[in-house]
Amino acid sequence: MSSAADAGRPVRRGIGLALLRDPMGLAGLVLVTAFLGMALLAPWIAPYDPVALDVKAKFQPPSAHHWAGTDHLGRDLLSRIIWGARLALGIALTSVGIAGALGLILGLVAGYGPRWLDSLLVLLFDSMSSLPMIFFALAVITVLGPGTATLILVIVLVSVPAYARLIRTQTLALSGADYILAERAMGAGAPRILFRHLLPNVVGPLVILLCMDIPVVIMLEAGLSYLNLGVKPPSPSWGNILSEGYTSLRQAPHVVIVAGIPLVLATLGFTFLGEGLRDVLDPRGAGRRWA
Amino acid sequence: MLAYAIRRLGLSLLILIVVMTSMYAMVFVVPGDPASLALGPRATPELKAELRERMGLDQPVLTQVLYFFGNLLRGDLGTDVWSKRPVLDQILAVFPNTLILGVTALGWALMTGTLLGCAAVVWRDTLVDRLLGVLSVSVIAVPSFVVAIYALIVFAVWLKWLPAIGAGEAGDLGSQIRALILPAFAVGIGWVGYLARLIRASMLEVMDAPHIRTARAFGMTERDIVFRHALRVAIVPTISVLAVGFGSILSSAVFVESVFSRPGIGTLVTGAVEKRNYPVVMGTVLFMTAFYLSVVTAADLLIARLDPRVRDVLRG
Repeated sequence: MSSAADAGRPVRRGIGLALLRDPMGLAGLVLVTAFLGMALLAPWIAPYDPVALDVKAKFQPPSAHHWAGTDHLGRDLLSRIIWGARLALGIALTSVGIAGALGLILGLVAGYGPRWLDSLLVLLFDSMSSLPMIFFALAVITVLGPGTATLILVIVLVSVPAYARLIRTQTLALSGADYILAERAMGAGAPRILFRHLLPNVVGPLVILLCMDIPVVIMLEAGLSYLNLGVKPPSPSWGNILSEGYTSLRQAPHVVIVAGIPLVLATLGFTFLGEGLRDVLDPRGAGRRWA
Repeated sequence: MLAYAIRRLGLSLLILIVVMTSMYAMVFVVPGDPASLALGPRATPELKAELRERMGLDQPVLTQVLYFFGNLLRGDLGTDVWSKRPVLDQILAVFPNTLILGVTALGWALMTGTLLGCAAVVWRDTLVDRLLGVLSVSVIAVPSFVVAIYALIVFAVWLKWLPAIGAGEAGDLGSQIRALILPAFAVGIGWVGYLARLIRASMLEVMDAPHIRTARAFGMTERDIVFRHALRVAIVPTISVLAVGFGSILSSAVFVESVFSRPGIGTLVTGAVEKRNYPVVMGTVLFMTAFYLSVVTAADLLIARLDPRVRDVLRG
């Protein structure tokens, strides 16, 4: 029995329950739900306009009026952080979603397609993943100019190879399985085999990998925005808040301290949830992308 | 072994060529003229024409590509558009700083991570193991540049124990070491958790091996078994992980260098990206990719030497 064959058939009953019983998974679930709530409800729960200036009220420490204080232009930090959640999760989910779909298709094609196409794609994936990620990202940003669209493209480009390779390995392992051979013997075409039979069985491990990559993407978005190479100000990206706060570090340290908290909690939340999901869905442990 | 080494090196070289060609192609595929983008909207046509000539953009594309690879073979990475200094000189001037940061970070992470991983095995399935597990996951998750900023606030701004910016005075080893502590802490902390988990996992696999069972049958203490016998075998897989991980160490270094305004590859390249200084960005990317590929290739060869099974599989 091939190990890849089990991965697609996790025990679906009681996933939620098992996750709730694991303290780390539970903490992750709570944090992720909170951030998703913040992102969805931002226009209603943010107390102020995140880009409204009030220069007279600049650099106010946390108070009853401004729970998290104000920045160098008197903008309410709590509102900026709440809207920042919408930006961070929006970018992370969009780019990871696109990358996951592309990786799935390319991986299926590489794993089930002709030999030459497979070799070509594998060489491409290997070349991409043998680049130190950050330098590749910076090269793309230089060519296209910084901005949200560039950021999403960069994340998609650096993530696709890992996803495609995972799917390719799974597809290769499965394409010799008896039920695929039987299907082929009955005259099924490649599209039917790929999308009816292979896809549902290879998608499980990918979902875990995608979930574990979300914190990496949130970090990359914030980091590049911090370097002024990501989301353009005045958009309230957590990275932008950090970089603006950094310039007034000695004068008003609360800006930076407050802006770092959601970043820490969001990355922790998604990582815990990913770990919890992996333990529940795939006890053998999936690989983790690191470079 | 020699045949394997040649194949492995050939593959790395092939990857490098593919990477460089696609990078170079990217500049031409994208709409917009690099010279106008670099100079901004107020540039006069004469200025643009001059810069275009200086960047070699007035030549046919094929000529440019040939020039680029020709110069590359002579070890010439081009010239900075603004300062007119050779790109390679600028890279070599700051590269040692980044290398020292990366190696120091990896060094302390490896020592601490190994120790914590062993501790988790000695006290496996107890509260200590569980806590170390949560701790490892947490430090892996938190972005290194956020750690850097918080460390800077606490140790440089509030406590004033360590310098906040720079890489120390030239020639003053003490100040250089003091300037290295916070950046190396921030870059390495995630790796402590990652290595602790890795060592724990590969050690638990080794613990079932016959020679460990024999050692146990001879009445050795658990601590001696873990440190003297299991660790020696369990450390081998970390070599390849460390090599591949050097890429992510470099990523963290780029952000952390920027937080501490520490001269290095990261500050060089991010400054160049902002000014759209193509030669510097492309040169740095090429240099770092080549460096990274050599590290990974060297690690592969080392593992093949240490573990003949790998060599036999890859020989095909």
